Parts: sequence; structure tokens; C-alpha cells
Amino acid sequence: MIKFDYKKILSLFILIFLSFKPINAAEKIDILKVDWSFKGLTGKFDRASLQRGFQVYKEVCSSCHSMQYLSYRNLGEEGGPEFSIEEVKAISASVEVQDGPDSQGEMFTRPGRPSDKFVSPYENVNASMAANGGAYPPDMSVLVKARPGGANYIYSILMGYEDPPADFTLDDGVYYNKYMVGKKIKMSSPLSEGIIDYSDGTETSVDQMAKDVTTFLTWAAEPELEARHRIGIKVLVYLILLTILVFLSMRRIWSRIDSEV
Amino acid sequence: MSEQEYIPKSKLGKWFNDRLPLLSLASHLTDYPTPKNLNYWWTFGGILTFCLLTQIITGIVLAMHYVAHADLAFGSVEHIMRNVNYGWLIRYIHSNGASMFFLAVYIHILRSLFYGSYKSPREVIWIIGLMIYLLMMAAAFMGYVLPWGQMSFWGATVITNLFTAIPLVGDSITTWLWGAYSVDNPTLNRFFSLHYLIPFLILGLVVLHIWALHIPGNNNPLGIDIKKPSKDTVPFHPYITIKDGFALLMFMIIFSGFVFFAPNILGHSDNYIQANPMVTPAHIVPEWYLLPFYAILRAVPDKLGGVVLMFGAILILFVLPWLDTSKVRSSVFRPIYRQFYWIFVIDVFMLGYLGAQPAEGIYLILSRVGTVYYFLHFLIVLPVVGLFEKTDPIPMSIAEPVLTGSANPALAKKNNDKI
Repeated sequence: MIKFDYKKILSLFILIFLSFKPINAAEKIDILKVDWSFKGLTGKFDRASLQRGFQVYKEVCSSCHSMQYLSYRNLGEEGGPEFSIEEVKAISASVEVQDGPDSQGEMFTRPGRPSDKFVSPYENVNASMAANGGAYPPDMSVLVKARPGGANYIYSILMGYEDPPADFTLDDGVYYNKYMVGKKIKMSSPLSEGIIDYSDGTETSVDQMAKDVTTFLTWAAEPELEARHRIGIKVLVYLILLTILVFLSMRRIWSRIDSEV
Repeated sequence: MSEQEYIPKSKLGKWFNDRLPLLSLASHLTDYPTPKNLNYWWTFGGILTFCLLTQIITGIVLAMHYVAHADLAFGSVEHIMRNVNYGWLIRYIHSNGASMFFLAVYIHILRSLFYGSYKSPREVIWIIGLMIYLLMMAAAFMGYVLPWGQMSFWGATVITNLFTAIPLVGDSITTWLWGAYSVDNPTLNRFFSLHYLIPFLILGLVVLHIWALHIPGNNNPLGIDIKKPSKDTVPFHPYITIKDGFALLMFMIIFSGFVFFAPNILGHSDNYIQANPMVTPAHIVPEWYLLPFYAILRAVPDKLGGVVLMFGAILILFVLPWLDTSKVRSSVFRPIYRQFYWIFVIDVFMLGYLGAQPAEGIYLILSRVGTVYYFLHFLIVLPVVGLFEKTDPIPMSIAEPVLTGSANPALAKKNNDKI
């Protein structure tokens, strides 16, 4: 009774979809899993967490990590941290942006505007590597999408610093992180309790800051996430209703002849 | 066929139709007699047309914003994702659309293999279809290079390096393909140009594919020749259009699931890291739809041998109509071949899985077994089974599943269940 069995073939296709995931599984320990607010079909960012996360990025990460594909105006846009226009103007005005050449052919600096791209901490990749012991602090614009495990991975790295086992040798400028491949990382633990003061008074534990900045980085990588989820639900509801209507029409049309659809 | 009899009602219609018979063509497509027992595996032709048009339309819009330059390509994709209105939606439809296109084309090919649609008199349809499939792979490969991420760059490096395996002229050909001494800006530029060209070549071949289909008409799950038109057939519109439409909507629901809720699950995270010729990723893996061939490539210890077998794995399909010695088309009536069919499907899936694993240890051994079996299926199993298999009795028509040479009505009923 073997026929062209759709269950069999579907499960085979699912198998192949999953098949290219386990590549890195063997060499990595399980990363931490967080129940993020932005997960799931209707997931949204926690607005306050995004704003705090930006503060962590600005006061901690941005001294080494660039975020070259974002503009200051993005901080005020819907679905993001949603700072007010005044706040966005103040944030952008607090940085010096190189502009020019002017009518004399000279480059000059001016206060930033919301339309400016995030100013990078280094002139170029080589300068950033020279300043960081040869390691390139990756651009953070799409970092969450560029790592298997995404937000959970970033959060795990931030939480993964601990004292190395006694028999574990570390070179100068290399740190122990249990979630890193090879358990070695060239970034020293960036977060420590009370390293910044949240303007909304939230307690600045390492865990809280790691969650906030990971949320912010996820938004930076996927600024369309909320719109995507919102539109996606509408599209699915529309398609399912239309499918039902077309199915009923099909039944009606095929009932004219003595055949099953 | 009906176009000879078709006469437009209006004077203007008649005037135009005498000069260019587009209305006759429309009438032919509407009335085209289609077997009434086509199952849902036959809806993927329409779905594939939808996929092609979706890729072309989204691709044209993306090309308006994309910059084909090694220094700017990665940033221009981020520009599309962030600053172009609904650019993220268009790009995610395009990138997931490629995967959905291949999902549909593999089902379409597997359907043809199961029901013997490649056999006489449909060999030309099959061959044009394979040419489309080859062009799809070329288009998908070049498209994957365009975002200029790490996997783009290193995938392009691995695949273009295959040409160095050609004896004597391999290195010169590869340099010529690159337009440089490694994968570089000239390579990206020409890949963009070709990536834009190929879909229109595919579109032309699709027209030929459908034209060739309309000469003998559709195969059907029974694999039998039917009279057209007769009570075995229904007009294409509305019966098949509504059924194709229903199947397409189901397909679009799955498609939307990927686009809106898991847009990057089918891609590789390394492709969100800008291409860097100085840093090689730990594992270079192609997109999922090329994995079985990648496994075959790596299964062979010799580079040239691997390349030959990889291309051979596709080229062997071109002679499939002549390798299959069975006169019976549909596997519904082929009890032995049916078993081998499923073993073959499992073999291809196994190769797909192995293509994503490192080429070492047990994975390499299994890849070799899978590769050998892949070719055995076509070179030994198909010709031999066709000669010796005792096929089940075949009905005379769809409407009357009467069996030739069998007086057992229970068998007729049994076979009807399978359809």
C-alpha cells in the first residue's frame, strides 16, 4: 500500500532543513536561553529595556565597537527605543562628526545630526585591531544575526566570564569565557556591577545590563522585527481565510463532475 | 486542439486574432483538456511559475538599490534592510523565495520520477526542465554571492576553484571566470550581471516547457494515455486553475511563515559578516538545496573525479528516459521499482545531510556509499528492474479502472486506492 506518501516526504524535507544546523553543535557547550520578549509570533521589544540597552552600548560597548549601519534618527523610530525627537537630537548633538570639504576644501567637525550614521570609535578596521591587541571588535550593526544562537549567544558571552580552571593557561590579553569557542576571548569582561547608572533607576546588575544590551543589539540587527511580526500575522490571517474560501469554491466547482479533488 | 475552432465573438477580436492569434492561445489555455485525476503533486508546476515571477519582481526592485561593488555590496544590502521602504520584506521574500523555489522544484522532479512523467512521449519536457534546473542552480549560486558576506565569498571561492580541476587549461579558465587572480570585485560584477540575466533565460525555457507539455498533454497518476477531450479530462479552467490556486495559497502560507517569522533560518549566520579574504570560516557550506551535490563532490578523493561525479550526478538525469526500460510509467503499478524509488529518495536526503557535515570519519564513508548508490540507481537499478519487473495490471482509462488481463475485481479496487 505504498503510495506517494506526503507525510513521508514532508518529514524528509523537514529533516534536510534541520540537517545543516548541527555543524557547530559538537564543539560548543549549551548556551544560556532567555525568554526574550521579542521571541514568538507576536514578540515585541521591551521599550524601557531598549533605552537602557542603548545606554549600555553608548557608555560601554561603543568605545571599541562600531555600529556603522545605524543612524541616530533610528533611535526615535517606531519599533525601536523610541526616544523622543528632542532626546534623539540631544544624543546626536553630543558627538562630533567629521564633514566637508567646505568651500575652502577643508574638512571640519560639527555636532552630529539625527541623520548622521553612528560615529565609529576608530578610523578603520586596522586602527581598531591595533588598539585591541590584534583582535577586531566586530561591528555591532548585525552582530546578533551574524552569530549562531543570536541573542542567546550574545547574552551568554556577556555572562560567560569566570575564573579559568587551574590547569588552563591564558596568554596576556586573553580572557576565559566558557561560551566562547575554545573558551578564549580577547575582550575583557565588559560589564561589572554598577559600571553605569541607569537614568531610570533600574539596578545595574551584570545580568540586567547584559539583557538590556542584548535586547538593544537585537533591535539594531533587526529594526524591522516588530513591523515584520505585525504584518506577518495579518498576512497569515488573510491567506488562511482566502485559502478556506478558495477551498470551498473548489469543492463547489469539482462537485459538478463525479471526481474527488 | 480547440484553437482551430475558436472564433472571437467581436469584430475587433476577430480582426486582431486573424493577425496575432493571442485570443486563440488564451482559449486553448482555458479549455486545455487535463486529466481529472491529477493529485496535489501536480500543482507544483503552477507554484514554480509563481516562484519564478516572485523572484523576478522582487529581484528587479532589489537591483534598483543594490550596489555590485566589493566595498559597497554588503553595506548596500544593509541599506535595503534599513532605509528602503519595505526593503526588508522584499529582500526576505527574495532570499527565502530561492529556498521555496528549490523546495518546489525538488517536489516537482520527485513527482516526475515517481509517476514516470519523463518517459516517452515527454522526454523533451523533461530535458527542458533539467535545463531550467541547471540554470536555477547557477542563478541561486550567483545570487548567494551578491550580499558579499563571508559565506558568499568563500562559497564562490570553493565553487569557482572547481574549474581548476580541468586538465591543462583549468587555471586559465578559472582566472578568466574570476576576471582577476582570485574572487574579487570583477567576479562580483559579472555574477550580478549574470544573476540578472539567467531568470529571463529560465522564463523563456518555461514557455518552451509548457509548450512541449501541451503537445502530448499531462501525464497522470495512473501513467496511462488518455483520450482528449473525454470524460477522463476536465477543462483547465476552472477545474485546474482553482485547484492550483488552492495549493498555491497553502504554499504561500508556508512561504510567509519563513519570511515573517524565521527569515534567516535557511541562511547561514556567517553571511552577515562582511566578506574577508584573510579569514576563512570554520566550515564552508553551500545553501541547503546544493548539499547533496556538495556531498558527492567531497566524497571523491580526487579533485577532478569529484567535479566529474558532481556534474555527472545532474547530467545523468538527461538520459534518464532512455535508462528506464519499463514501459509502465506510474510507480503505482511497479511494485519493485517503487521500493527502489524510496531508497533513492532516502539516499539523496542522506547525501544532503552529509553535505552539511565535515568531510571526515563516518560522514565521509557514508558519503561514498551514498554517491555509489546514487549512480547505481540510474545505471543498474532502473534498466534492470524495468526488464524483469512484473508490473501490476493497468486500468484502461481513468473513468473506468477496468483491468487488462485480470478477472479479479478486488485488484482493481485495491489499485484505485493507491491513486
